[in-house]
Amino acid sequence: MDLLRDAVAYVRDDPERFRRAVETHAQLTLYALGWALLIFVPLGVLVSRSARAGPAIVSAVAALRVVPSLAILFLMEPLLGLGFRPALIALTALAGPPILINVDAGLRGVPGAVLENARGLGMTPSQSFFRVQLPLALPAIVAGIRSATVEIVASASLASFVAVRTLGNFVVQGVTTGNEAVLLVGAASITLLALLAELLLGGAERLVTPPQA
Amino acid sequence: MATRTGAAESHANGAGRAAGGSAIDYVGVSKDFGGGGRSAVSEITLSVAPGRFVVLIGPSGCGKTTLLKMTNRLYEPTAGRITIDGTEVHSLPAPALRRQIGYVIQQTGLFPHMRIGDNIAVVPRLLRWDKARVAHRVDELLDLVGLPPAEYRHRFPAQLSGGQQQRVGLARALAAEPSTLLMDEPFGALDAITRTRLQGELQRIHRRFGQTIIFVTHDIDEAVRLADEIVVMRDGLVVQHGPPLEVVTTPADAFVAELVGADDVLRRLSLLPVGSAMRPLDRANGATGAALPAGPTVTRSAALRDALGTLLESHEDHLTVVDEDARPIGTIDLETIQAVSGRAATGAEGVSPHADVLRA
Repeated sequence: MDLLRDAVAYVRDDPERFRRAVETHAQLTLYALGWALLIFVPLGVLVSRSARAGPAIVSAVAALRVVPSLAILFLMEPLLGLGFRPALIALTALAGPPILINVDAGLRGVPGAVLENARGLGMTPSQSFFRVQLPLALPAIVAGIRSATVEIVASASLASFVAVRTLGNFVVQGVTTGNEAVLLVGAASITLLALLAELLLGGAERLVTPPQA
Repeated sequence: MATRTGAAESHANGAGRAAGGSAIDYVGVSKDFGGGGRSAVSEITLSVAPGRFVVLIGPSGCGKTTLLKMTNRLYEPTAGRITIDGTEVHSLPAPALRRQIGYVIQQTGLFPHMRIGDNIAVVPRLLRWDKARVAHRVDELLDLVGLPPAEYRHRFPAQLSGGQQQRVGLARALAAEPSTLLMDEPFGALDAITRTRLQGELQRIHRRFGQTIIFVTHDIDEAVRLADEIVVMRDGLVVQHGPPLEVVTTPADAFVAELVGADDVLRRLSLLPVGSAMRPLDRANGATGAALPAGPTVTRSAALRDALGTLLESHEDHLTVVDEDARPIGTIDLETIQAVSGRAATGAEGVSPHADVLRA
């Protein structure tokens, strides 16, 4: 209880400091997500259409996922230096695989009979894609976006290692100074943000899933 | 030509283009899928008159589905010409062509993310009908296939039974009033009772609107029940083409004989309708309002096998044949049944006089 009171006191002590950290954290997350969507959704569409290169690209990307987020940040540092931009690039790269893989799997998962029927009724290729294939792939695509987002929220904490003051700063500071209250402020806020993203996107996923029997 | 009543009526409708069907002609049509194997379809020439219900039948891999899908260019022929009402199918962009042709496949065909109303509205919306017209048409079609619009319009496909889904599939294919319907084993995944019911609905719709229907199946009972003409295919070729009665009573070769179970008298009787064997009622006697005779009756669309059963059970020497409205139209007895059950069926009442002439 003392710990909780101390943590609240720490936030109250300098609300501006806490607000800025939340803001930076959220901003970094949203930007990284935005860039990742812009790059990896179209890429996933392309990959899903190639019978031969597609699966190879997807497995290569999946293999890349074993590289830990922290390693990506540190690997980028000599190339890009410190600050918001390198952190953004690292997080965007991190969000890529789950989005790419799910876009590909979602689009490929639409039964051929359904697509042939769309053509048979007289849809053009683009009508068939936007009215049938994409909507049917949406649940899988949104699931990919959801796991990418949660991953970004968590990993944005690590941006404090490249001098971006996210909620991760409190964690690092708490650990290095042995101040558990500060550590709690960081850890609890990050968890709440991740849960919020999970809830919102989980809801979106249900919304785009056609009802079953 | 030994047509059945439905086709005769649809021919009459066929005079007006809007309500009737299209003439479809295949001339030397082949399809090669590459890979060096034999052709899926080899130089098939086939004429389908407006309003005919034509069933393509044969074992899997015989080319029936390939032929069907070349009609709306889901497959492109390697050689030959396909024309609809004299217009080559390639003279239109494929999507425009397909919007004029109804297309029904097995029950996987509905779009699971669209409500029933939206599924039916797909083609009218592609054709940019205005909202009110689309909504009106959707309700009209739901009524036509026996699904109350208020109850079903807003449901999703997964919330319907297989039979209901297939009714929606049929409604969707009919949405833009096509003069041609292509159906690829539409009832293949349904249970026997539902299948029979839907076959009846399809016949009713065909009788009413007179579309030209090309229907693929591997089920001979279904083919005989529905077809004006049966086209038996094997290895990409047409083996026999004729009215159901002719295919059943005079199979062109051993392959067709096996397909229709020609050696089995009871089986053959189960394929033939009462109407094909009955002695028509004398016009003078059977005139309007004739009272129903006291004896047992049988409808003309019932199978001869059932008529035989009723006859044996009743201890009568004949049955009265009635039409769909229970009006007497003929009689049937052991002699008339025997006349078509034997292989030498020529000369029997109702049997095509040119049953031995194969038009392949």
